[in-house]
Amino acid sequence: MSTVTEPVRTRPTSVADAGESQLLELSMGPQHPSTHGVFRMDVVLDGERVMKLKPVFGYLHRNHEKIAEHETYLGSMPYTDRLDYICSLTNNWAYALAVEKLAGIQVPERAEYIRVITAELTRFLNHGALIGFLTQDMGASGTPLMYAFRERETILDLFESLTGARMMCNYMRFGGCRVDLPAGWLDQARKFVATLPRFLDEFERLLATNEILMARTQGVGIMSKELAINAGVTGPILRASGVNYDLRKVDKYGIYDRFAFKIPLGEHGDTYDRYMIRLLEMRESVKILNQALKDIPEGPIIDPKTKIRGFKPKPGEAYGRIESPKGELGFYLVSDGTANPYRYRVRSCCMVNLTVLEQLCIGHNVADVVVILGSIDIVMGEVDR
Amino acid sequence: MFGEGILKGLAETARNFLGSYVSKNRLTTVQYPEERLPQIEAYRNFPFLVYDGDDWQQGLRCVSCFICEKECPPKCIIIEKSTDKKPDAVGKPQFYPKVFNIDVSVCMSCQICVEVCPFDAIKMDTDYELSTTNRFSALLWDKHRLAKSNEHYHKIHPTEAAAVDAALATERAKVAAKAKAAAEAKPAAAPATNPNGASTTAADKPVPTASEK
Repeated sequence: MSTVTEPVRTRPTSVADAGESQLLELSMGPQHPSTHGVFRMDVVLDGERVMKLKPVFGYLHRNHEKIAEHETYLGSMPYTDRLDYICSLTNNWAYALAVEKLAGIQVPERAEYIRVITAELTRFLNHGALIGFLTQDMGASGTPLMYAFRERETILDLFESLTGARMMCNYMRFGGCRVDLPAGWLDQARKFVATLPRFLDEFERLLATNEILMARTQGVGIMSKELAINAGVTGPILRASGVNYDLRKVDKYGIYDRFAFKIPLGEHGDTYDRYMIRLLEMRESVKILNQALKDIPEGPIIDPKTKIRGFKPKPGEAYGRIESPKGELGFYLVSDGTANPYRYRVRSCCMVNLTVLEQLCIGHNVADVVVILGSIDIVMGEVDR
Repeated sequence: MFGEGILKGLAETARNFLGSYVSKNRLTTVQYPEERLPQIEAYRNFPFLVYDGDDWQQGLRCVSCFICEKECPPKCIIIEKSTDKKPDAVGKPQFYPKVFNIDVSVCMSCQICVEVCPFDAIKMDTDYELSTTNRFSALLWDKHRLAKSNEHYHKIHPTEAAAVDAALATERAKVAAKAKAAAEAKPAAAPATNPNGASTTAADKPVPTASEK
């Protein structure tokens, strides 16, 4: 945060030249309901206007990376669920991808399809919940969130019947998936996905032209292209600033090159664009889901030669990254040939995206800070690790 | 017109409100605990130890090989091996766990113990109403608390249990055939058989469970 020591000032900042007004240092969080977990912001205010903002995190630090160095490769898989606990399946995928790169394991076709289906369902539920929480932060107490959670429940039921857990799925394995789809799962999923466009229309009518939402979000927290690129921001909030960068298109990991879908781009980079980009991405997710559910082949879901126990990849290093719903989630692994990774590092998109918070907030009112933070979409489990 | 967007949104909420009286899709909440959703078959919560037959101490499949203790990511399993051996379900002398504790306040229900167990001795339970008033001893489950019958396993995970039983039966038939061949070579030694079906075999090769396939 030291990069912006000189924020854009329209009003005096020091007590000496402020004349009658005084600066107020306010601590928002970690128990503040709008901070999406245990996140604290040291905000310096001049009246209602934000002069400085210092994010303080680490309240949820639990040694994820160090624990992983003492675990077997498989033993870290359930811990990755707990990074971004809203989207455990994409975390699983990113980690499995890194280990597969490290050990050179091929994934069967059916498993790739299952991964895409679960990842896109995860993206859908994450964006829905995000919009719900964002509007909740603005004061739309409950209604959009409950509508989003109604759909999320159905997705979680699908996850539960597949993986055994609603949120802590622990489903991906190196070289495939843990269990095959249960009987009738695909039909259930197809039926559900067919209802999603209607839900999206409804969700859009509910809010998209709402004057209060537009007044609260348009022109608030504008992130320029340059800032987004320089700060290493990824995910929907980067694309809301108009940068066409989506790992599903750039990296084509898994089988994403087989699906026809578009990357929605924003124009202004303000909070409203960040809100709208999520709605559009949900529509693209539905497109991918329809194609994947149609094309999914029969076959094995895991390479039977992959070892569950005593898994020791050759010495080397690998970086596996995916487009998680929040941005680029990467796992960097260094193997020294033993059963535990020598180094295990998480490139967390939430953490990197959070670094632009001060630049976005300066000059805005304190109530806008809550909205901007909500639109960045953080989960503290991944920020603090 | 200013306010049009708000009115549109309110029409949507009105539709949902009125729809909740006629459509099940718009009213999804249930009044727990009076009303309960049917349990999803794959659901898992905490592990339990499977035993065959009627006696939980006699039929415990666990041979205390320490694999689950070693593989458990949060290290919540505590095993102490017996010093003596006792006959298992097929009559073969085996070690058994003198102590088998699971600290469920630490367990994160990841199912890795189930995946690595070569004897199909540990499986995931579905019981979720587990609150206690004591946070120490009541959450450290001993082997008596953990032991559940194979019938219970069939009740909660029918598909998976049937697959496990089939795999075990194949493995047992293989062992029995081997024993028979050995018995024919040496007519004095008769293979012990188990009348009630499922049993544990001390095969070196792990039996692949349904979840690993």
